[in-house]
Formats: sequence, C-alpha cells, structure tokens
Amino acid sequence: MAAQQQALPLNGIAPEPAVTYRGDHLLVAEMVERGSKVLDVGCGEGDLLRLLETRGIDGRGIELSREGVNRCVAKGLAVVQGDADTDLANYPDDAFDYVILSQTLQATRQPKVVLEHLLRIGRRAIVSFPNFGFWRMRLQLLVGGHMPRTENLPSTWYDTPNIHFCTIKDFVQLCDEINVKMERAVALDLYGRPLRLNLPWWFWNMFGEQGVFLLSRAEKGR
Amino acid sequence: MANVQSIASPAIHPEDRAHETDHPSSLLAKFGMDQPLKLDCGIDLTPFQIAYQTYGELNADRSNAVLVCHALTGDQHVANIHPVTGKPGWWETLVGPGRPLDTDRYFVICSNVIGGCLGSTGPASTNPATGKVWGLDFPIITIPDMVRAQTMLIDRLGIATLFCVVGGSMGGMQALQWTAAYPERVFSALAVACSTRHSAQNIAFHELGRQAVMADPDWHHGRYFEQGTHPHRGLGVARMAAHITYLSDAALHRKFGRRMQDRELPTFSFDADFQVESYLRHQGSSFVERFDANSYLYLTRAMDYFDIAADHGGVLARAFRGIQTRFCVVSFTSDWLFPTTESRALVHALNASSARVSFAEIETDRGHDAFLLDVPEFFDISRGFLQSGGAARGLPKAGG
Repeated sequence: MAAQQQALPLNGIAPEPAVTYRGDHLLVAEMVERGSKVLDVGCGEGDLLRLLETRGIDGRGIELSREGVNRCVAKGLAVVQGDADTDLANYPDDAFDYVILSQTLQATRQPKVVLEHLLRIGRRAIVSFPNFGFWRMRLQLLVGGHMPRTENLPSTWYDTPNIHFCTIKDFVQLCDEINVKMERAVALDLYGRPLRLNLPWWFWNMFGEQGVFLLSRAEKGR
Repeated sequence: MANVQSIASPAIHPEDRAHETDHPSSLLAKFGMDQPLKLDCGIDLTPFQIAYQTYGELNADRSNAVLVCHALTGDQHVANIHPVTGKPGWWETLVGPGRPLDTDRYFVICSNVIGGCLGSTGPASTNPATGKVWGLDFPIITIPDMVRAQTMLIDRLGIATLFCVVGGSMGGMQALQWTAAYPERVFSALAVACSTRHSAQNIAFHELGRQAVMADPDWHHGRYFEQGTHPHRGLGVARMAAHITYLSDAALHRKFGRRMQDRELPTFSFDADFQVESYLRHQGSSFVERFDANSYLYLTRAMDYFDIAADHGGVLARAFRGIQTRFCVVSFTSDWLFPTTESRALVHALNASSARVSFAEIETDRGHDAFLLDVPEFFDISRGFLQSGGAARGLPKAGG
C-alpha cells in the first residue's frame, strides 16, 4: 500500500513529460500518420501515447495495471483498465486507424486471436515484440542449456508473464497464415537502433533484438 | 416469550427535518409559474424550488464550476456540517480545500434532487395548491427530471458549461444523464460506482424497501403527516435491507464477524445479540431521523426507471454519439450493487462512440459504499482526472 502510494506522483500531479523517448516508441510514432486515431494496447504509463499526442494524434489506451491507469489519467490520457486477451473483443470494427501492441504479444494467452482483433478494430496494426531468435537467446540455450534471460527480458522461466515467445520468422509465418499484409518490417538491435533495410530475413532473425511490424488487412479472397 | 425489540423511534423529531423541507438552511432557487419543470410523466411541476450548497468561487469566465450529484439518501450538504444530524458532509473526503475536488480551484455546486426531502420540492414539501404536504399526490419523477431541474439551476447561476459533473451511485446516474442529454454543457464527467440502467436485482431490492415502508401502518397511504405519524419502522427496515447491499460479505465479516454486542452469551431472544444486528438497527433508526419515507419511495422509483439505452433505441452507444466530454469511470471490485460489469458496459459503449474515456476498477472489500469512504486509490484517480481536465480547460494549476 505504502509502496503503491509512493509510486504515484506527489499530490497526484503529473510529472513533466519525459524529454527522451524510447527508440522503439519513436519508430512506432514515425509509422503513424498525423491526425489519425490510435489505440495503444498495454500502454503502461502512457509514454507512447504522450509522444503520439505531441504529434497531433488522438490516442486511447488499454492497460492491465491500475497503477498504470492512474498514472495515465493523471497525465490527461484516456486509458481504460483492461486486458488484451479479454477486452479487445468489445471494441467495434474499424474504431481506430491504428492499433498498437508494443512488447505485449508474447504475454497474451492467444496471440493469434489478439492479432486478428487488432486488425479488426484498426485499419492498421503496429506490433513489436522481442525476437526469440536473437543470437544471444540462441547462444544461451545452445551453450548455457538454460532458458535465455536478457536485460530486456530478465524474468526467470517460472515467473515470467511472457508465455508465448516467438521469433521474427515465426511471426512472419503467422501473418501469412491469417492473411495479414506486412507493410513495413523493422528489426532493432540491442540498443533499439534499426538494422539496415536491405538485409535478408535470416539476418534479421539472428541479429534483431526485437521486431516492429506495420500490418494491414490483406485483400479479401487472396 | 422471546424478548422483542424493534427499531428505536427517531431521536430527532420528524418536524425538525420537515422544517428543512420547506425552509432549508441552504441557498434556495425558486422557480415560479413562468418556469415550470417539465417532468417525464407529462406533468409540469410548478412552482418548485431547489435547495443547494456551493463551495469555492466561480472564476471570471465561469469555467470552473463542478456539479456534485448526490446519491439516493444523500443531500446537498456535501462538505459542511449537516443541519439536521450535525454530522460532517457526506463527501468531505473528496470535496474541500486541497482535496481531489479542490474548492480552492473549483466552484462546487451540490443541489438536493427534485423529489428529495431537504429543501428541493418533493413529496414532503407543502403543495402550494392545497396548503398540505404533497405526499403521494406528488408526480413520479425520473433521473432525467432531476437533471432537467439541475440545468435550470445552472442556468440561473449563469453557467453555460460545467467543468465537471461528479457523482456516485444515483449521483453517477445523474452525471451520465447530463452527458447523454446535455453533452455540450459538460466538459468532463466522473461517474463512480454506477450504471446506465438499474438492474433487475436492484429494482427488486428497491421494491423490498418500498413494500417495507408501505406495510407500516403508520404510513397511512402516504398521508402520515396529516395523521401525525411517521412510518419509521418500515423506513428503518427498508434502510437496513438497502444498507446490506451497500456493503460486502468480506466487509461485514471484517467489521463484525460473529461477535456479540455487549454480552458474552446469546440471550435466547430476538434482541440484537450480534454486533451486526445492532449496527443495522442503528443504521435504520438514524436514517429515519433525516429522511422522509415518501421521498424514499419516489427516489428509489426514479432509479428503477433509469435506462439510458432505452431512450436511444436500446443501443447505449447511440446515447453518446460524437460526444466530446472527457469521461472517467470508476468501479470497485466488491461492489455487487453496481458491479464492474455495469461500468464496463458503459465503457464499451463510450469506446464504440469514440468518446474520450478512462476507466479503473479499484480493489477494495468495502462494497458499494467504498465511493463514500477513505479509499486513496479512488482519490488519486479522481485528482488526476480533474487536474488533467483542468489543464485542458485552461484552469490555473493548483496553488497558482
């Protein structure tokens, strides 16, 4: 209880907006057209939504933790307490121009269903996730013989919320399977910098620490 | 023979409260024959009056007004000593200097609802046409009627747009009715522990309460003022039953368990052996001191009739189409009277209408009553919502 209260800003006053933004957030923001309407699923403390707002984008959020919701509300963001697995079903079709799922897909119970919802609710979806095919992951499993842990994914296998890890290659396959069109794909290195564009998929799958994808619905009847 | 004790007679004489009905110790807005209140039942209520309290100051451009809507058994005394009971205001935890609803920043208005019994015209008021108490001659009122009356008060105060409408339970219903009926007059709305419609279970509980009142021989078909009686037993039972619905199994267990009241052993009677019985009887008897039985019938009825979706072809989202109001919806985990599912249904409808809505479910075992109690998480989100809304409305920052 005391810890919770401490986590909140003094007197509930929102802190000044962060000046530095996360690399993947900047990349996502750059993918969103100005003036569009965005739903950020798993918006945390609203950093990405704040960034989008500075670009004239009308953002909404869903966040699992009430502390996160509280912090977002204090920042003036419109955020609903909810769960990607259960609450996306209640959003109407075509409600948003973009639906963003940032670093959350691997923590959902049904990633495929969630992905389908993203592209039902939004005309486009932007999905980012940690790449389990990253060379350091492979090395830890191959040489160390244990489940990989990294700076960005420090949890042990028995208490991780991440129950559906995939590689970039796996994700591309899923998109093909459910008839999703990949408009843009970017792999980021360990420092959040984009890898060069003209590299082959296998290279991204090996050296991308995370993948960021701009998706849209493929033509019907393909 | 078993020892039987029923609810104690009120310590405060009903006439003390009755005086507040026609001559409240509050600000009073009187509306004459030229300004009738057009009720949903088709009747024009005229003349009528609204008793209200204000806190803080209205700013120069009249942009900082907050309307607090009270719940079923609340009144306009949201943050001052109650003139009948002498107790602190019912939402002093939320409203006051430095509180989430900061009276140093906002001009807070709270009015007694139409149909109430603390100064706004209701069944306990004197009917000017007959010189007698209205009683059951008073027309049936609805939540939209209450809100219509509030718009007339706000007009009179010269306020075009409310910065925020805030309410819990029946107050939340009013806040939502404001947004559905007068969206352009509501910049933001904080709706707590409420719903856009009264559920079958809630109607059932209200019917139980009304039947308890009407079964009291002192009720006299609503003409108890003329008979010099007051159905305090019936109203007390109604309050006891209702009060259980405001709490939760866990809260009752934590507060009372099976503990005995001032005794070690059961008395083998129907006396209040258990603390929980004694507590409920106290709730019943203290309630009847400050509340009119007929008013209880009318206000519970108004809640029963409430259903925003029904007024919009059965589709809730249509009620909020294109709305610009900023919403914050709050529910409590252990509230089984207005459970989170009801708030979620509202949030889904608001999402479908592209409304700007935030929603949080606060974890507490204190049941529906949590919205009136000291729940820091609720205050935090309320404060954050109001402050960020204030910034968006261009109100000066706290302390500025």
